[in-house]
Amino acid sequence: MSAPLALGTAVRVRAAYPPGHIRTPFYVRGKRGRIVQYCGDFGNPETLAYGHDGTPRQPLYRVHFAQSEVWPDYRGVGRDSLEVEIYSHWLEPAGDAP
Amino acid sequence: MSDTPLRRHHDMGGLPAGRVERADHVLAAWEKEVDALLVLLSRQGIIRVDELRRGIEALPPDAYDRLGYYERWIHSITAALVEKGVLTQAEVADRVATIAAREEAER
Amino acid sequence: MTGHPHDHGHAHAPAAAEDGPPSEYARLGRAVREILVEKGILSAADVRRAIEAMDARGPHLGARMVARAWHDLAYKARLLADGTAAAAELGIEMGPTILKVVENTAAVHNLIVCTLCSCYPRMVLGIPPDWYKSRPYRSRAVHEPRSVLAEFGTVIPDDVEVRVHDSTADLRYLVLPRRPAGTEGWSEAALASLVTRDSMIGVSLARSAHEPVETA
Repeated sequence: MSAPLALGTAVRVRAAYPPGHIRTPFYVRGKRGRIVQYCGDFGNPETLAYGHDGTPRQPLYRVHFAQSEVWPDYRGVGRDSLEVEIYSHWLEPAGDAP
Repeated sequence: MSDTPLRRHHDMGGLPAGRVERADHVLAAWEKEVDALLVLLSRQGIIRVDELRRGIEALPPDAYDRLGYYERWIHSITAALVEKGVLTQAEVADRVATIAAREEAER
Repeated sequence: MTGHPHDHGHAHAPAAAEDGPPSEYARLGRAVREILVEKGILSAADVRRAIEAMDARGPHLGARMVARAWHDLAYKARLLADGTAAAAELGIEMGPTILKVVENTAAVHNLIVCTLCSCYPRMVLGIPPDWYKSRPYRSRAVHEPRSVLAEFGTVIPDDVEVRVHDSTADLRYLVLPRRPAGTEGWSEAALASLVTRDSMIGVSLARSAHEPVETA
């Protein structure tokens, strides 16, 4: 995913579990959401953490998730939601909107 | 072979835990100094925040849970400075011993 | 704060009472600081200035921004569009971080957490409280936000969406709480007195207009 994704684009967070420093929370991997903001391009924490310069910089998005998508056992209200900043290399197209 | 994905100890979102105790404390002078160290080292480009985080995440789980916030920070800052050759473990150990002796003398 | 040991070179002042017994890590911190100063990487004055800057930051900064937004709808629009620039308008620098302000409305209540560490809008709220950095808050705020809110005495009606922001990367979040009823015509300073730290994290609402507040 290179060009900035449009607002509202349905995405899925990669269900990947590599070792090392990662800023994509475990609980959101594999979950479907939609883009609510493109925040700009930022150094990649996965290389910055090891003394590298973080290039290539990664587009960073705020992704909106329905709580019911993230937690099958969510006890709350249907509209409750979560928004998480996720770098583009953790996002893949989701096909259908959640 | 297990297919259970690797979840690291610091990555705790959604795990069960107790009530939120509304605790707070006034930072001790040494905690503020550690905070200032990171601000200054990061401003100079010597330590990046992600390096600090990586060092904290590398703590064994029991240490991660036992140590205070700035204890984790100084552990990680020191490890990063040693790794980068800014200071050595021997220098640090010697200085810690000197400080302990000084505190003893002042007691 | 008085009597930081580094104010006195190596002639160490006794630890302040609040410090408790010097821990192994307090010594480690002091050792690293002394070595870095001797190597010329930092100066004692740099450390002192950084601490002074830290001490000068606190929820009063965020409260000024919120009160300005309540008072001035054009500022509010700028605050929501670009929190970093809106902070700078009031002389508040965000440093390397980007401020994202999220607005509570009749339909949405926002709550801020950092599950991976303890990211916090330090430049506008100061140092985070201990509970924000605790395992219970970091673990539960994303999964059972309404229970966590209830532990803070905050009950959000079922027809309001609770929206949790996990501060995982380069943005730092500040909640713009709802303006309390009955504050029409209040000055910005009076409005700011209703804006608590917790209301800007989202664990509580702003003080009501009828709650007694300390006058400046």
